[in-house]
Amino acid sequence: MINSGDTAWVLMSAALVLLMTPALAFFYGGMVRRKNVLSVLMQCFIVMCVLSLHWVLIGYSLSFAPAKGFWGGFAWAGLRGVGLEPYADYAGTIPHQAFMIYQCMFAIITPALIIGAFAERMKFSAFLVFTLLWATFVYAPLCHWVWGVGGFLRNLGALDFAGGTVVHINAGIAALVTAIVLGKRTNLEKNIPTPHNMPFVVLGTGLLWFGWFGFNAGSALAANGLAVNAFVVTNTAAASAGLSWALIEWLHNGKPTIFGLCSGAVAGLVAITPAAGFVSVIPAIIIGLLVSVFCFIAVTVIKPKFGYDDSLDAFGVHCVGGIWGALAVGLFASKAVNAAGTNGLFFGNPRQFLVQLIAVGVTIIFTGVLTVVIYKVVDLFIGVRVDKKSELMGLDLTQHRERAYTVLE
Amino acid sequence: MKLIIAIIQPDKLEEVKEELYKVQVNLITVSEVLGHGRQMGVTEIYRGAKESGNLLRKIRLEIAVNDNFAEPTIKAIVNGAKTQETGDGKIFVLDLKECVRIRTEERGSVAIG
Repeated sequence: MINSGDTAWVLMSAALVLLMTPALAFFYGGMVRRKNVLSVLMQCFIVMCVLSLHWVLIGYSLSFAPAKGFWGGFAWAGLRGVGLEPYADYAGTIPHQAFMIYQCMFAIITPALIIGAFAERMKFSAFLVFTLLWATFVYAPLCHWVWGVGGFLRNLGALDFAGGTVVHINAGIAALVTAIVLGKRTNLEKNIPTPHNMPFVVLGTGLLWFGWFGFNAGSALAANGLAVNAFVVTNTAAASAGLSWALIEWLHNGKPTIFGLCSGAVAGLVAITPAAGFVSVIPAIIIGLLVSVFCFIAVTVIKPKFGYDDSLDAFGVHCVGGIWGALAVGLFASKAVNAAGTNGLFFGNPRQFLVQLIAVGVTIIFTGVLTVVIYKVVDLFIGVRVDKKSELMGLDLTQHRERAYTVLE
Repeated sequence: MKLIIAIIQPDKLEEVKEELYKVQVNLITVSEVLGHGRQMGVTEIYRGAKESGNLLRKIRLEIAVNDNFAEPTIKAIVNGAKTQETGDGKIFVLDLKECVRIRTEERGSVAIG
C-alpha cells in the first residue's frame, strides 16, 4: 500500500543524498592543490554519470535482487520487474523504484569517497575503469550481504542503519589499500601540499551535513518517528564531533581551525550513520565526541607513522569513523528506539557487539583483498598512475586540458 | 650589489628556500608568474575551442644581495631547483645600483641584509 508521505520523503531524501556527491567534490576539491581541483570535481561528477547508468542497468540487480550467495544476480537487470508497486521486503509503503533510486545515490557516493585517497596522481582513464570494476565486484556484493534479501550478514543480524559498513568502512578500506599500492605523491616530504581553497572545504562540509539528513533520516524509508530519531541523532553527533575536533586542536596545537572543525563534523556524520536508527540522543553525543579523538589520532599520528599517502584522509575519517560507528551500534543500540532492531552491549546483549565485529572484519578483509586485485588488473592493462611530469604539471592540464583559475585576466 | 631573479618550478620553492637558508639568505620576494620556455606549455580546450596560450605556472624569486653573497645564492637556487629536465628554469643576475631601507633611510650594502 503506497503511502504518499513516505514516498515524498524518500524521493526528497534521494535528492539530498545526490547532493552529497557535489558536496564531496568541493570538500575534496578545496583540499587539493589548485592545479588538481578540476580533476577532483571531474572524478566526482563522472561517477554521478557512469554509476547512475551502471545502477539501473546491472548495479541494482546485483545488489538487491533476492538471492543467496555472492551477489543478487541479474534477475532485475535493466530494472526488469522493478516497478511502481512496493516491494515489501525492502520498503512496503513506497514504489519499488523509489527505493531503487534512493539506493542509487549511495552507490554513487561510495566510490566517490575513495577519490580522497588517490587524489592528485591517478590517471583519469584508469580511474574510470577502476571505479566501474569496484562498483561491480566490491560494492554490489557487500551491499547485497548487508542489505539484500538472502545476504548472509543481514541473516546473521548485523545492523547497519544507513551504510556505516557498506559505504564508509567499505570506501575507507579501499582508500587505504589504493593509497598504499599507488604510492606517495611525488616530492611529498619536501613540498607538503596545503589545501588550496579552504572556503570550498567549508562549503562542501555544510552541504554534506545538509545532505546527510537524507542519507540517515531517509534510511527509515518512511516519514515516521524513526526518521525523526535518525534526523535528531545525526545532527547531534555531527555537532558534538565538530566541536570535539576543534577542542582537541585547541588543546593540542594551541589554536582551533575551521579545517579541523569540518573534519570533525564529517567524522561525526560518518560515525552516526550505522547507528542513526538504533541509538538515542545521549549515545549520539558520546559517539560524536569520541569519533573525533579516534580520527584525529588516525590522521595526525598513525598516517605519518606508517607513511601511506591517503591524500585527503578518506581512510582516516571514513574507515576509522565507520568502524567506531559500527561498533557503537553493538554498544548503544536499544529496542526502545527501534523495536525492529536489537539491544547492544550496554543494554544487556553482548552478542550484538560480536556480530558487529564480524561484519566489520568481513568488510575489511573482503574489500581490502578485492580492491588490490582490481587495482593490479587495471595497472596491468592501462597503468594507474600518471607520469611524473604530468603529476608535477597537475592533472587539470594534463588529464583534462583545462585550468580552474587564470592568472592573467 | 646584485639583484638575482630566478624562474623555477612551483613545486621546487620549498627546496630552494631550504637551500637559501643554509647560506644565510633569508630575504626573498616570491611571485607567481606564467611563462614557457622550450617545453611550449600545454594546449587547453574550452567547449571545443582550442586555446594555445599554453602558458605554465612558474615561480619567480627576487633576491637582492651583496656581491660576496651572489655566488652562494646562485648555487643554492641551482641545488634546490635542479632536476636536469627541461623546465627547471633560469637565473638572471643583474647589477644593482642602489638599495634603500625605508624605515631608516640607510642606503647601499648596509640596507640590503
